[in-house]
Amino acid sequence: MKKSIALAVLLSILPLALQAADGLFYVSFASRVMIYAIAATSLNLALGYGGMISFGHAAFVGTGAYVAGICIAEGVTSAWIGWPAAIAVSALASLVIGAVCLRTRGVYFIMITLAFAQMMYYLVNSMKAYGGDEGLSLPQRASDLGNEVAFYYVVLLLLLGTVYLLKRLSESRFGRVIVAIRENEARVEALGLPVFRYQLACFVIAGAVAGLAGALLASHGKYVNPNVLHWAQSGTLMIMVILGGVGRLWGGVIGAAVLLGLEHLIAEHPVAWLDALVPNYQQHANLGVGAVLLAIVLFAPQGIAGLFAGKRHAQA
Amino acid sequence: MLFLLAAGLTLVFGIMDMINLAHGSLYMLGAFLASTFVALTGSFTAGVLLAIPATALLGMLLEVSVLRTLYQRDHLSQVLATFALILILNEAVRLVWGSDAALPMPAALSGPVQLFPGLRYPAYRLLIIAVGLVIALGLYLLVAKTRIGMLVRAGAANREMALAMGVNIRLLFTLVFGVGAALCAVAGALLGPLFAVQVGMGENILILAFVVIVIGGIGSIRGALVGAILVGMVDTIGRAFLPIFFGLVFQPRVASAAGPAIASVAIYLLMAVILYFRPTGLFPARG
Amino acid sequence: MINRTTLTTLFLAAAVAANGAHAADKLKIGFISTLSGPSAALGVDIRDAFLLAVKTNGGKLGGLPAEVLIGDDQFKPDVGRQLADKYVKLDKVNFLTGMVFSNIMLASVPVAFESKVIYVSPNAAPSPLAGAQCNPYFFVASWPNDAYHEAAGQHATNKGYKSAYLIAPNYQAGKDSLAGFKRFYKGQVVAEVYTQLGQLDYSAELAQVRAAKPAALYIFLPGGMGINFIKQFVASGMSQDIPLIVPGFGSDQDIIRPVGDAMLGLFDTAHWAIDLDNPANKKFVAAFEKEYKRLPSVFAAQGWDTAMLIDSAVRGVGGKVENVEAVRKAMKSAKFDSVRGAFKFNRNQYPIQNYYLRVVAKDAKGRLINKSIGTIFKDHGDAYVQDCKMN
Repeated sequence: MKKSIALAVLLSILPLALQAADGLFYVSFASRVMIYAIAATSLNLALGYGGMISFGHAAFVGTGAYVAGICIAEGVTSAWIGWPAAIAVSALASLVIGAVCLRTRGVYFIMITLAFAQMMYYLVNSMKAYGGDEGLSLPQRASDLGNEVAFYYVVLLLLLGTVYLLKRLSESRFGRVIVAIRENEARVEALGLPVFRYQLACFVIAGAVAGLAGALLASHGKYVNPNVLHWAQSGTLMIMVILGGVGRLWGGVIGAAVLLGLEHLIAEHPVAWLDALVPNYQQHANLGVGAVLLAIVLFAPQGIAGLFAGKRHAQA
Repeated sequence: MLFLLAAGLTLVFGIMDMINLAHGSLYMLGAFLASTFVALTGSFTAGVLLAIPATALLGMLLEVSVLRTLYQRDHLSQVLATFALILILNEAVRLVWGSDAALPMPAALSGPVQLFPGLRYPAYRLLIIAVGLVIALGLYLLVAKTRIGMLVRAGAANREMALAMGVNIRLLFTLVFGVGAALCAVAGALLGPLFAVQVGMGENILILAFVVIVIGGIGSIRGALVGAILVGMVDTIGRAFLPIFFGLVFQPRVASAAGPAIASVAIYLLMAVILYFRPTGLFPARG
Repeated sequence: MINRTTLTTLFLAAAVAANGAHAADKLKIGFISTLSGPSAALGVDIRDAFLLAVKTNGGKLGGLPAEVLIGDDQFKPDVGRQLADKYVKLDKVNFLTGMVFSNIMLASVPVAFESKVIYVSPNAAPSPLAGAQCNPYFFVASWPNDAYHEAAGQHATNKGYKSAYLIAPNYQAGKDSLAGFKRFYKGQVVAEVYTQLGQLDYSAELAQVRAAKPAALYIFLPGGMGINFIKQFVASGMSQDIPLIVPGFGSDQDIIRPVGDAMLGLFDTAHWAIDLDNPANKKFVAAFEKEYKRLPSVFAAQGWDTAMLIDSAVRGVGGKVENVEAVRKAMKSAKFDSVRGAFKFNRNQYPIQNYYLRVVAKDAKGRLINKSIGTIFKDHGDAYVQDCKMN
């Protein structure tokens, strides 16, 4: 708890420090990291705590992004309308998709979530009215949040809210049932609990929060593009969750920060000896990402948060 | 060609219970290796034939070193680890070959063949169909009629039992993986001249392959064949006819956008429908 | 753990601050292009020619040392946009340039326009930015998207083809291309088919062409799409029955290299040909061949001209690039020697120039090139300028 408060305080003064140092670009960058943190945390709920390996999570982020983007494009610029709309539509989408997918198990579940993600991707791609493949450029951010620092604080608030929500959920009865289902579904069923309903509820909450992340993403870049829905994006979110720590409270946040931070560092700050070893290594950054991911899966399945948690029993 | 990939994938998943996302990367490796060998030997046939064992070897190396540790792990770890492999292999290929490679069609097959008066069909595509059928037949004979095939089927149906019966599971797994990689190589090398040989070519076809094996049933080669044919037909018919159909009703730009979009979606709809009625696919190997 | 990440970010911020505001004694150019994937050859040509132009000028443009930051958009609009964001906001470039494809460019240039950074297009020049959405910070060093297609349509009319079958990818430039062709083609358009951008398998479309039996086939399929289509078209045998017309870049060096002799006799239209007789062009072709050991395509010619245009603009303001309005004026006057001959800007900052008919043939050394064999349009502008409200 103490660590969480310290972090929250640090994050609060960060943009002011950056602004003073003419680093507005980095304030914007930090906002972006936090938005991905929200998305990764929502996936952590479904995947880490719930054990539902959904390759379609990007579809919910994308749905939220497009709903929010379309609202702004059509002149409805208030975030109070656009963002709840995004959350609602994503929740609905995850309800429908979850209801169908959760009837399957194992690899079939993975495949069918992937299939739905691809369907949404192609659907959005064919919406020429909203840019199709080119994407949709937005004239402004929701509620005129053009000021980088102001936007940052809004995102920060929502991120802290999301993490707090996850904390309360995981400690509640609901959370314990979800984790129990992940551990041993048959036993929970034998106890008489409606497994399907619990999983669906978890899936929908995750989808709704993902929609919020999508809406924020649309406002941040003032741009929506079908690539947000691509299954490779789901993969990226998964990497963030694994990297940060599956089933850990701050897993999504850490994962997003580390992955995006590393990406930026590699692109911006060439390391001479590395370049001598592998010419043009910056273009092959993915190799490093893949290697790190593989290492984590093989040797440190608890992710970064797990490495630091030490002897503390994190998962119920 | 989709069948070749699907067959390898379904075997690996059926027998070793492992989701291998890097299967598409083996397909890509096969194509790149073929381009190198064709350039070296100057002969298309030699190049393709050389690429097959090369890819199989690389595949088996991969299996022995990395993938073996994943058999015991849960599906999530497998998904993530093989996803990591995709990233690594993509960049590794880019480092060695660059972003793409040239794989020219053999001159003899570049022209059309007169099937019927007025119907000319590209000779190369006939070759692909022929190869596909031959391999399908060969695989069927291998799996259904030989001893090894029996071991494979036994392993797919019930691994613990096969182990208990004294089958050398490790060797079997490595061999199966090698065969899967070889199939990928054939597909990659043959499809190279038709489509671009480039980094990332594996991912697109990987999804289709997964759809095929889910429809066909995990672990069943027959299912892979039926699935591949179904998916191929739905895709081509969709792309060829839906735009015309829509063209009758809508403007050209709308029809041209909607047609292919719905055609792509059609495959997934097909899978969803089949899964709804048969949750384990059409011909599941396990009961 | 988390504190470490935050500390790193703070450290980076300090580093940024330490760099301080950049001095105006150097020119920074953000170059984003498609450098990977099946259509990479186009971006690579533009980049190579652009860098060669800078090198030929002693590493300077307009008298200022030029630093060219190069990014690969990987044929993805969102990647292009992110790069544009970084170059404009973090690296604070003076000019942005390089993009090949209209969809990537349309997604990325709003970032530049907002920050009053000039974008000089070495290729993409879609119709919306020529008409109602014309922008003072947008300059075209190539040609309006429709132009090659209008010339091709005129050529088809001149040749008397009674019916034509049209194919293009489904994005802004694709729309523009077929609209342009139809504007000057007086025969009957049998079909207008839009394929998926990046599509590589045309078996379905070829089957439809075979069924329609048109007098001519016109395709706009740049890069890897065109390579695959032409290969498959020849493989199907239809190339013997149906004449194929393409816009100039559909048959240039990047396509000749992989497809080869099957392209002999193909007619196309362009604003430039390798054998154009003017001193700037001769110098360019010789330099390019010497440096890169290959023949330049029309994309390379555009990349070279883009660099020279920027050079003339910076020279025109005596190196004082902070005054963006002055730079704009200097650029608009376009006082440079273009490899295509005469060059002047229209009201909407798109070029007015000639367009030629070319044919794929062998040159004196037996290499495949596009020979210019006639002029289709003289001093041709574009059809959208009347909608532009700029002066």
